[in-house]
Amino acid sequence: MTLANVIEWLVKGLVWVLILLGGFAYLTYYERRALARIQVRVGPNRAGPWGLLQPIADAIKLIFKEEFMPARADKLLFTLAPIITLTPALVITAVVPFGPESASFQLFGRTITWYIADLNVGVLYIMSIASIAVYGIVLAGWSSNNKYATLGGLRSTAQMLSYELALGLSFIAVIVLANSTRLLDIVEAQKGMWFAVLQPVGFVIFLIATLAEVNRAPFDMPEAEQELAAGYHSEYGGMKFALLFMAEYDKMIAICTIAASLFLGGYREPWFLRDTVLGVDQTPWLGPLYVFIKVFILLFGMIWVRATWPRIRYDRLMAFGWKILLPLSLALVFLTSIGMLLAEQVNPLYQWGIPLASLAAGFIAILGMYQTLRRKEYARA
Amino acid sequence: MTPSDLLSILPLLVLVVWACALLLVDLWLKRKGVTAFLAALGLALTAGLALAQAGEETTAFGGMVALDGFASFLNVLFPLSGLLGIAVAYGYLKRMNIERGEYYSLLLFSTAGMMLMAHAADLVVVFLALEFLSLPLYVLAAFARPRLDSEEAGLKYFLLGAFASAFVIYGIALIYGATGTTSLSGIVAAIEAGSLGTSGLLLTIGAALFLVGFGFKVAAVPFHMWTPDVYHGAPTPVTAFMAVGAKAAGFAALLRVFVTAFPALDADLTPVVWVLAALTMFVGNVVAIAQTNIKRMLAYSSIAHAGYILMAFVAFGNPATRADAVASALFYLVTYALTSYGAWAAVIALEKQDPSAGSGQAASGLEINDFAGLGRRRPALAAAMTVFMLSLTGMPPTLGLVGKFYLFRTVIEAGQVWLAVIGVLTSLISAYYYLRVVVVMYMREGAPETTREPWLDFTWAVSALATVILSFLPMALFAWASAAGVMGF
Amino acid sequence: MDFTLLLFFLLAATAVATALGLLLSRNAVYAALFLVLNFATVAVFYLLLGAPFVAMTQVTVYAGAIMVLFLFVIMLLGAEKLPKGEALPWQRPLAIGAAVILFAEAVYLLVQRVRLTAALPDPGTWENSMESLRQMAGMLFTDYLLPFEVTSLLLLVAMIGAIVLTKGERAVRS
Repeated sequence: MTLANVIEWLVKGLVWVLILLGGFAYLTYYERRALARIQVRVGPNRAGPWGLLQPIADAIKLIFKEEFMPARADKLLFTLAPIITLTPALVITAVVPFGPESASFQLFGRTITWYIADLNVGVLYIMSIASIAVYGIVLAGWSSNNKYATLGGLRSTAQMLSYELALGLSFIAVIVLANSTRLLDIVEAQKGMWFAVLQPVGFVIFLIATLAEVNRAPFDMPEAEQELAAGYHSEYGGMKFALLFMAEYDKMIAICTIAASLFLGGYREPWFLRDTVLGVDQTPWLGPLYVFIKVFILLFGMIWVRATWPRIRYDRLMAFGWKILLPLSLALVFLTSIGMLLAEQVNPLYQWGIPLASLAAGFIAILGMYQTLRRKEYARA
Repeated sequence: MTPSDLLSILPLLVLVVWACALLLVDLWLKRKGVTAFLAALGLALTAGLALAQAGEETTAFGGMVALDGFASFLNVLFPLSGLLGIAVAYGYLKRMNIERGEYYSLLLFSTAGMMLMAHAADLVVVFLALEFLSLPLYVLAAFARPRLDSEEAGLKYFLLGAFASAFVIYGIALIYGATGTTSLSGIVAAIEAGSLGTSGLLLTIGAALFLVGFGFKVAAVPFHMWTPDVYHGAPTPVTAFMAVGAKAAGFAALLRVFVTAFPALDADLTPVVWVLAALTMFVGNVVAIAQTNIKRMLAYSSIAHAGYILMAFVAFGNPATRADAVASALFYLVTYALTSYGAWAAVIALEKQDPSAGSGQAASGLEINDFAGLGRRRPALAAAMTVFMLSLTGMPPTLGLVGKFYLFRTVIEAGQVWLAVIGVLTSLISAYYYLRVVVVMYMREGAPETTREPWLDFTWAVSALATVILSFLPMALFAWASAAGVMGF
Repeated sequence: MDFTLLLFFLLAATAVATALGLLLSRNAVYAALFLVLNFATVAVFYLLLGAPFVAMTQVTVYAGAIMVLFLFVIMLLGAEKLPKGEALPWQRPLAIGAAVILFAEAVYLLVQRVRLTAALPDPGTWENSMESLRQMAGMLFTDYLLPFEVTSLLLLVAMIGAIVLTKGERAVRS
């Protein structure tokens, strides 16, 4: 651990944080425009060309808003909570590689790689940071000294803990497929085929669980305005609110980056372009571009979901997490392991049994979902 | 892992799988009697398999578990005690309105934990087995849940059990720190290599903490405080199972670890064990005199008996008497198991729901005075209870006498005459409160309401007969126990 | 090397401070949060010792799952404010005495046995390869297979127990 090392990490970290901050601002713009299009509106188009300056206007508005502190709030935690919420969102992507080793470049005599940290337990790092992310919201809710806020915070705790299990198990399927917990290895292992194709159900579970983890629609129970005013951030305003807001959008970006790396081949080209000039092996600098495109598309998916699906009721949310997602993801771990074992020991073609078996298991889960979650006879008017 | 690994713990495996299956099957069973029957079947099967293993000697899972005379002896004892635990519980649960299928699966799991304890040849496994047998017992103690004293018993047992586990795990950590291994054979090798240096102190502290932790488990004074409350509050069949099974498993671990791994610490630990044993016998017996509640009295009696068994430990460092010590401790465990199951069965026969309280809120019929007139009303039950009380005291013609005889002989052989004298004196004290029950049963007028349940009656009848008959042919049992004194790792 | 040592002392101070904060704080939420910080610090210790897997598990399981449930329960029950005063006044001096003895024991052992600098490996020599993780997994599923499986049974039993003790009264026959 030399000084030069530390400086390199700091600079890389700073650059990434700045990207995330800018990304947050323009993600809000992206979301508003996309939502507007889906709802046959125009969306923000006044500030600057195509409304491009809108995020900056928003930022200025938020900065100059009055800082408000509820009278009997827990001052320290009330101030800390937005920071605690934001930090995991910023650091969780530290292990994600944005380009191949071959795209590294020389700067001041050092080889600069396209990742901040290369950790052999990268996936576990993501898991552990994701599990820490719960604190900010629950503390924000509790320290506001407001019943609605507390309830929102508690809801989010229960929800995030419940979906963390399915999330972690979907990670395990990836680890088994890649035979590594290092993100570089995982991305390289998708040279032949994306894991989203090999383990489609795992990918879907990952997407669902991450939606719940970042409290996005249709899992935005912690801030369900009909029941909880605005949930955990009811009492927040000004810059503190902006931080909470930023945390949510940065989490979206982080999650999509991780999803791209774990399931969509990260910085690797789509598998069918492997031997063309568009391949990362041939043109290394395309790597970061691929990541950006994948994240962009995944983000659109999240916005799309928000535009089209209503919020799920709380008891159904829990039932769905525990009674369907958890058993299904356990089954997937099992199926994936068996498939990999067969593929390694008998015939590589057996790995195609994994998606087939997973889809079958997913189908059974959907039947189960119908049984468990459908509206009961007595509830049908 | 090889098939032979699995074969060497086959009874345990069968029991665990059976318990898991029972948990599922129970969901579709309306009549809990079927669950009870299936659980008993599983235990019987386990006991049979364990019996078939007798005489084998091997280690498995890379030295994690051992199959030897000691393990197979206890592996027969534990399922049998589980069987009795089901026999005394079946009618009781129904009567007390707490009939839930989980009772039987939890009992099976606990028994499995005890069996693992008998096998354990590695401190990691010892700790896991300790937790595995205790967790179901915590739950079972609180099984009569709406009843406040049962909830209190569960909570107390859980908190103090967790506390004791912390001692055990800290002890194990120190032992590991001193020797660099958790396997018993590794510890012995490390001690024999003589390279411990200052770590020797660490090892001794570790062993002492281990002793403290298990002192809680077997209810040795001064770690006995939880026992009366827990034994009193828990549903009586659970108390019976706990008094026999948990105690035996605790002693199994202590015997295995101390006799195989720590003989070198003899000089440091023998005085500690000496004081522990003397205190336990004394306090247990003296405080028992003051009890008017039969459950509390039997709880203190169980503390006292832990003291008697602890006596055997003063001989653990002496190679000449070590085998005898293990054999007599095991023999005494069997004696105590039989007798105390019988006594608890008699208590269950008299226990009934308190008519003045709401449903399932309290139990009555648990005062010693409630036994008045039993001699006239249920002569057979009273006679059996008399046998149990005599046996607990250690009077002829019962197994209790033989058990105590072997114990005292071991202690005297080990050169600890004074401890034996304390043992005899405290036994004399105990005669007072045990015989008081007999006096109350025969000399006082009263009309106790008792329950007649075939399995309960079976339990006390068999226990009483065995207590008397085995006392005439103790050699066979002792020979078997001696064979169990041989421990591989 | 020096940087690592500096980091170690910084973390050690944090660990002690958070532990004290846990003990002395009169608000259960703060106490729980101090414990979270403590766990996180310990996780970094594991990292310094070259055990990244244990470090990550420590954060995920203790800080991320268990302590969240603690907080959840504290907040749900509204049990944040601890009562003023001591229930057992003799407990505090006794505890301090015991702590002093334990501390002396730890110092003695440290001086006796451990060369502090030797205990910290240089992070440059960390085993940052998949091999170390594979070795650990291998150990877990070969040498320690039996304890591993018993642990899972233990969790099953705990789960059953929790359900038995909290399930509604429906199960009891009326």
